[in-house]
Amino acid sequence: MSTDAPERPGVPQESSLHERTPVGEEILRVTALTKHFPIRAGLTKRQVGKVHAVDGVEFELAAGETLGLVGESGCGKSTTGRTIVRLLDPTDGSIVFKGRDIAGYSRRQMREVRREMQIVFQDPYASLNPRITVREIVAEPLRIHGRYRGSHQGKDRVAELLTLVGLNPEHGNRFPHEFSGGQRQRIGIARALALNPQVLILDEPVSALDVSIQAQVINLLEELQDELGLAYVFIAHDLSVVRHISDRVAVMYLGKIVEIGERRAIYAEPTHPYTQALLSAVPISDPALRGKRERIVLEGDIPSPANPPSGCNFRTRCWKAEEICAEEDPALIDRFGHGHPSACHFAEPKAVIKAELNR
Amino acid sequence: MTEPILSLRGLVTEFRTADGVVHAVDHVSYDIYPGETLGVVGESGSGKSVTVMSILGLIPSPPGRIAGGEVLFKGRDLLKLSRKELQRVRGREIAMVFQDPMTSMNPVFTVGDQISEALLVHDPHMGDDKARARTVELLTLVGVPNPDSRFDQYPHEYSGGMRQRAMIAMAIANQPALLIADEPTTALDVTIQAQVLDVLEKAQRETNAATILITHDLGLIAEMADRVVVMYGGRVVEVGDVNTIFHAPRHPYTLGLMASLPRLDADLKRLEPIPGSPPSLINLPSGCAFHPRCRLTKGREVCRTDIPPLREVDGTGHRAACHFSEEMHAAVEQIEAETGVTLTGDSQ
Repeated sequence: MSTDAPERPGVPQESSLHERTPVGEEILRVTALTKHFPIRAGLTKRQVGKVHAVDGVEFELAAGETLGLVGESGCGKSTTGRTIVRLLDPTDGSIVFKGRDIAGYSRRQMREVRREMQIVFQDPYASLNPRITVREIVAEPLRIHGRYRGSHQGKDRVAELLTLVGLNPEHGNRFPHEFSGGQRQRIGIARALALNPQVLILDEPVSALDVSIQAQVINLLEELQDELGLAYVFIAHDLSVVRHISDRVAVMYLGKIVEIGERRAIYAEPTHPYTQALLSAVPISDPALRGKRERIVLEGDIPSPANPPSGCNFRTRCWKAEEICAEEDPALIDRFGHGHPSACHFAEPKAVIKAELNR
Repeated sequence: MTEPILSLRGLVTEFRTADGVVHAVDHVSYDIYPGETLGVVGESGSGKSVTVMSILGLIPSPPGRIAGGEVLFKGRDLLKLSRKELQRVRGREIAMVFQDPMTSMNPVFTVGDQISEALLVHDPHMGDDKARARTVELLTLVGVPNPDSRFDQYPHEYSGGMRQRAMIAMAIANQPALLIADEPTTALDVTIQAQVLDVLEKAQRETNAATILITHDLGLIAEMADRVVVMYGGRVVEVGDVNTIFHAPRHPYTLGLMASLPRLDADLKRLEPIPGSPPSLINLPSGCAFHPRCRLTKGREVCRTDIPPLREVDGTGHRAACHFSEEMHAAVEQIEAETGVTLTGDSQ
C-alpha cells in the first residue's frame, strides 16, 4: 500500500467471509433522505408535479459492514446511492458522513469527501472513458486530488491498484474496449479505490456480468473488504447476490425502505408483505423445491412514483390492505422487538423461501 | 419412447466477420419431445439463442450461414424448406417469444391488430370480427385486464409485463406444437416475472405445446424445465433430466455454474467461480473448449487434443461431453465442501 494509506485494524483472514463482520463505528448515517424530480410541461416549462424517487430513506452504515439495498426497477435504490455521493442534490434530509452532514456541501467541499466515499457503476462499458488508457483512468482520481506525486510514485500506485483488483499491470496501456466485461468492472473498482476510500457505493456492480464472472467479482469485493476494511452500500435487484454479500439488508419499494435488518432475519423471517412476495417470487436453483414453495404472485404493476398512492405505497398490490393502509403511512419501526423494523400495519413474520421445510 | 417433435442433428452455424469466422453453433444435436419443457442454459456467447434462430431460419445471411446439419420437425428438414414453406411453419407450428417485447412488436400498430394479424395470416378466411373475438379471448387468457379496450392500445401503452403477456398471446394464437421462449423474463422485475411465468405455464397447459426455454438463469431452469441442455462455446456439453443435472452434474462446466451461483435459500461459505473468461468463438481452444478453465483436466493432454463426444454417463439418457466425467463424483463433493452448497439434493 502507498504511504498515505490510513492504518486500519487487522482483519482476521477467514475462509468464511460472512461470519466475521467487524462491525465498527458508524461511518454513514442517512436520515429522512428525500429526492424529488420536478415534472415540467408546457412552453414555460412550468412545474406540474414531481417524481418521488426517494422519499424519507433512513439507514446507518458501520465501518467494514455491507448494507444491501434491494428492490425492483424504479424503487429509488440507485437514486439513493447517487444522492448519498452527491451526484444528485437531495431535496431534503441529512447525510452524515463521519460526523459531518454533507447534504449541503458545496462541490469544493465534496471533493474532499469523495476521497473517502466512492461509487462504482453498473455498466462498465459506459462508465469508462473509451479514449484513454486504463492506466490513465485509474490515475485520474490521483491527479485530481494531487496525489499523483512524481511519475514514479504515481505509476507504482496505479500498478499496485491494478494488481489489487486482479489485473495485470502490464495491460495498463490498453484501452477499455480491449477488456471483457468482468475486467472492465475490475477497472472501475480500481479507480474507485485509488484514493483509499472507506465507503464504496456499489450500484449493481455485477448485474451485467455472466454468472461465472459475477462470482469472480463478488469474491474480489469480499477480499478487498477484508483487506482494506471497506464499508459497502451494495445496490442490486438480485436477491441471491444480496444475501451472499450483505451483513444487513434494506428492501425498498417506491422510494421508501419497507423493511431493514440483519441478513438472516430478512431472508428467514421477512415481516413485510412486499419482502415476502419478492422472496417467494425468486426462482431457486434446486428442482427439488419445485411445487413445494408458495409463490406469492402480486397483482398489477408498481404505481408511478409521480403519483404514489396515499398512505402505504404498497397497498394497491397488497393482499392484506385495509382502510387504515390508505389513510396512514406505516412507520418503519421494530414491531416485534427483534431489532428488525418493518413498515407495515399488518407486519407478521413468515418464512417464504423454504416455507414447507421450515415448518 | 415417443418420437421427438424436433430433432437437431449436427447443426453448424457460422458468421463471417472481419476478424474471422465466428463458430456460433458447432455441431449441436438435441431433441425435444411433445409436451415437455426443455431448458437450454448457457452464458452469453454459448450459442443457445443462435441455435434456435437457425431452427426458424432467422439467421441474417450474410454474414450468417448454416453450414451443416439437419433440423427435423415432424419428420421434415426445416433447413431444406423454401422461404414460403418455412413461413407457413413459423408462427403456426413453431412460435417464438423474445426477450424484449418492446423491440419485437411493431410500435405503429395496435397490440390487438398485431395478434389478429398472426391469426389472419395463417387463416385468411377467418374474418376480422372473428379474429378480434379470438384475440380478446387470448388476451383474457394471458391475464391482460380489460382486454376489449386493451385491444386498441399501442405497445407503448402497455407496461413491460403486459407486453410480454401480449407476446405470449400472439405466440399461442395458432396453437403451435412448439413454443420457443428466448429469455422471456430477463427484462422483467422479479414480481412481474412471477406473473409472466404463471401465464407461460398456463399457455403451455392450454396448447400442450412443447417448449424450449432459453435462459441464463439456473433458477428458472430448476423451476420450469423437465430436461436441460447445457451449452458452452457453441457446443452441447451436457443433457439430462432436470433433477440429474442439478443434483449429479457430470460436466465440470455445469458444476462450475452451480458453484458460481449465490443462493437465495442458503448461506454459502464462498463462491467458487470458474477461472478465466468464456472462449472466443473465432479462436476456440483446441480439443475440449472448456479445458483452459477446467478443474478436472489437471493438464491431461487428451483434453487439449480431442473434442470429447457427448456420451451416455449413466444409462438414463444423461449425457455429458467430458473425457473424465467419471471423476465428477469427487469433484462435486469437493465443491460442496468448499462452498457449503448442497447439490446432492438432501439439503436440510
